[in-house]
Amino acid sequence: MKPRHKRFIFIGLGLLALAGASMLILNAFQKNLVFFYTPTAVANGEVPKGHGFRIGGMVEDGSLKREGDGLTVHFVMTDMAKRVPVTFKGILPDLFKEGKGAVAQGQLGADGIFLASEVLAKHDENYMPPEAADALAKAKAAGAQTSSTLVVNPR
Amino acid sequence: MIPEIGHYALILALCVAVVQGTVPIYGAAVRNSALMSIAKPAARGQFLLVLLAFCCLGYAFAAKDFSVLYVAATSNSQLPLHYRIAAIWGAHEGSLLLWVFILTVWMVAVSFFSTHLPEAMRARILGVMGLVSMGFLLFMLTVSNPFERLIPAAFDGRDLNPLLQDPGMVIHPPMLYMGYVGFSVAFAFAIAALLGGNLDAAWARWSRPWTTVAWCFLTVGVAMGSGWAYYELGWGGWWFWDPVENASFMPWLAGTALIHSLAVTDKRGSFKAWSVLLAILAFSLSLLGTFLVRSGVLTSVHAFATDPKRGLFILVFLAVVIGGSLMLYAWRAPRVGLGGGFSIISREGMLLGNNVLLVAALGSVLLGTLYPLFLDALDLGKISVGPPYFDTVFVPLMTPAIFLMGLGPLAQWKQASLPELAMRLRWAFGVSVVTALVLPIVMGQWTPLISLGLLLAIWILTTIAVDLRERLALAGGGGSLFGRLAAMPRAYWGMVLAHCGLALFIVGVTMVKGFEAEQDVRMNVGQTATLGGYTFRFDGTQPYKGPNYIAARATIHVSQDGREVTVMYPEKRRYTVQNQTMTEAAISPGFLRDLYVSLGEPLEDGAWSVRLYHKPFIDWIWGGCLVMATGGVLAISDRRYRLAWRRKEVEVPAGTQMARQIVS
Repeated sequence: MKPRHKRFIFIGLGLLALAGASMLILNAFQKNLVFFYTPTAVANGEVPKGHGFRIGGMVEDGSLKREGDGLTVHFVMTDMAKRVPVTFKGILPDLFKEGKGAVAQGQLGADGIFLASEVLAKHDENYMPPEAADALAKAKAAGAQTSSTLVVNPR
Repeated sequence: MIPEIGHYALILALCVAVVQGTVPIYGAAVRNSALMSIAKPAARGQFLLVLLAFCCLGYAFAAKDFSVLYVAATSNSQLPLHYRIAAIWGAHEGSLLLWVFILTVWMVAVSFFSTHLPEAMRARILGVMGLVSMGFLLFMLTVSNPFERLIPAAFDGRDLNPLLQDPGMVIHPPMLYMGYVGFSVAFAFAIAALLGGNLDAAWARWSRPWTTVAWCFLTVGVAMGSGWAYYELGWGGWWFWDPVENASFMPWLAGTALIHSLAVTDKRGSFKAWSVLLAILAFSLSLLGTFLVRSGVLTSVHAFATDPKRGLFILVFLAVVIGGSLMLYAWRAPRVGLGGGFSIISREGMLLGNNVLLVAALGSVLLGTLYPLFLDALDLGKISVGPPYFDTVFVPLMTPAIFLMGLGPLAQWKQASLPELAMRLRWAFGVSVVTALVLPIVMGQWTPLISLGLLLAIWILTTIAVDLRERLALAGGGGSLFGRLAAMPRAYWGMVLAHCGLALFIVGVTMVKGFEAEQDVRMNVGQTATLGGYTFRFDGTQPYKGPNYIAARATIHVSQDGREVTVMYPEKRRYTVQNQTMTEAAISPGFLRDLYVSLGEPLEDGAWSVRLYHKPFIDWIWGGCLVMATGGVLAISDRRYRLAWRRKEVEVPAGTQMARQIVS
C-alpha cells in the first residue's frame, strides 16, 4: 500500500466513525429532548400526546392534598391564568411549597391530569426555577394584554 | 483596611501579570536573555501578591467583616470558622480569586521545575500563563471584585448556601480548580511550542508530567463532586448529567485524550498537531466550565442580562483565548510535520481510535449541555436534555473505547498483527465473556447491560493480566518474581493502576445500575420496612440543634437476619438564617453495599415518609476514581521524569531507551 492510499483509508475510516457517532448522538438527542410548556399551553391543548414534557408554574395555595399512603400527592400547577391538576407518587423535594414555583416532568393523562414522574426543585428559596418564572411572566404578559381591553374605568 | 490591602495587592498583581505576559515573550522572539529572565521573578512575585490578596479575603471572612459585600453575601456570624474559610470560594467573586491563586501556584511550580527547559521555552510558557492570569485579574478588578465594600455594613451576613456547608464542599472546589488550572500549564506549553516553532517529541516529554498531575487533581475533583451530590442532595444519585457536572467532566474527557495522545507524541513523534489541539481544547473547556458554573448562566441565561458587563467580558475573554490560540494553531501547526508513520493496526492506531471516541463523547456532552442554553438565549423555547440522552450516547461510544483499551497496551508500535493479538488474547477474551454471562445469573438477575458492564471491566483486568505475564516472561529468568515486578518502570505501573481504576469504576456503575433497590415508604413509629435483605425500623424523630440550624433527627435501626447491623440517624434540617430546609441523608457505607436513608416529609402522629436505598458496590465508583488518580501519581514518579528534573538534558542510555520503547 502506498502512503497515499493509507492516508485515504485513514481519512475514510475517520469520517465513517464520525458519521456513526453523529448519527447516534443526534438520534439520541432527538428522542430525549424534553420540551417545556406552561399551564396555559397545556389547557389550550398545545402539548404532545403520549410524549413526556415538563410543566412549570406556581403550586396553587391550598391545593396540596395527600393520600392515606402518605406518598401520593395531588396539587394544582398554575400560571395565574390556567390551572393544571398534577398527581405525583413519591417524596417531594425540600423546596416544594404551596405558593412557590415548581417544575414537574411527566405525561398528560386522558383525564387532563398531569401524571408527574419527577418534581424538580433545583433552586433556592430566593428565586424560582427559571421555567416556572418564565411561565408566570408569559401568562402575566398575555393576561395584561387581554385585560387591558376589559379595564373598566371607575369614573 | 485589610480588604483594601487585598484589593491593592490584586492591582499590583495585574501590573506584574502585564509585564510577565509581554516582556518575556518579546524577549524570546528577539532572543534577548535579559528580557526573558524577567519571567521567573515576575511569576513568583505575582504569586506572593495574589497570596496576600487571598489571605486578606480569608481574614475578612474569619473576622466576620460584613462591610465587605462578598463576605456579607456568603457567610454569617453563626457559621463555623472552617465553613467561613470555605465560603471564600462559595460564590462567583471568591472562586475567581481562588482560580487566579491556583494559577499562580502552578506558575511558581513551573518556575521551579523548569530548569531543564531552554530559556526561551520557559519564558514563553510563563509569559502565556501571565497572559491568562492578566485576563482573570482584569475580570475581577473590573466587574467582580471580591473586596467591594458594603456601606453601611450589614448587621449580619446572608449565610452560605446550606448545601455547601459540608466537608466535601470545603475541598472539592480547590481540587477541581487545581485540575482546571493545571491544564493551563499544558496549554501554555502548547502555545509556547507553537510560538517558538519547536514542536517536537521533547515538548511532549516536558508537558506530559504536568498534564498528568492536572488530570489527577481533576479526577479527584470530579469524583468528590459526585460523592457530594450522592450524600448531600438526599436523592441517592451519584451523577445527574447536570450542566454543572458536565462542565467538570468535559475537561476531564479532553485531558484523558490528551494524556494518551501525548504518550504517542513522546514515544513516536506522531500526533503532534493533534496533541496541541487537545491541549488547547482541554484548557478552553476548563475556562468554559469555570464560567458556566460560576456566572449564573445555568440557573438562567438571563443572569447575563442582569450584569451585561460581566457576561460581555466572559464572552470576549473566551473568544480571545480560544479564538486566538486556534488562530495561532492554524497558522503554525501545518509546519509541524507528521512524525513517524504507522499502520491502522498498531498501538498508535488504537490510541487514535481511543482519542476519536473520547472526543466524540466530549462533543455529545457539549451538545447536550450547551444546546438548551443556546435555544433559551435566542428565545426559541425551553428544552432540557436529560440523563437518558447521555446514557444512550455514552454506552455505545465508550464500549469500543474500552475494548481498545485492553488491546492497545499489548499491540506493537507502528505495525501490529491482528491474528497474533487474537492468539495472545484468546484466553482473556474467553474468560471475560464467560464470566460476564454467568456472573449476573449467579447473582440472580441478567440484563444485557449488566453483562456488558461486567464484560468491559473483566476485559480490562484480564488483558492487564496477560500483558503483565508476557512482560515478566520477557524480563528473563534472572531475579525473583518480586524483583522482576519491581524492575518494571513506574510509568507502566501507573498505567496499569489507572486502567484497573477504570475497571473498578465500571463494576461500581454496573452493579449500582443493575441491582440497586429503592423504596419510598410511609413509616409510623416502630414500623419496619424491608429492602435488599435488610430490615429498617423507624423509631421516631427527636429535635436536634446544630450551630446554625435546627433539625428533626430520626433513629432507624437496621438489622439483617435478626442481627442488628447499624443504627442510622437521617436528619431534616432547617437552616435558620435563610429559612431553608435541607435533607441530611444517613449512609451506612460498606465494601459491597451502601445503605442510604433520607427523610421525606413529616406526616401525622410522628410518622414520616422515608426513602430507603440499598446500593450495591456504589463506593467502587469513587474508589475506582481514586485508584485512577493514584495511577497518575505513580506514573509521574517515574524515573525518567525525576532524571529530567535533575539534569539539564535528558540523557537516557540507549539500552533503557530500547527497553522503554515497549512501555507506554
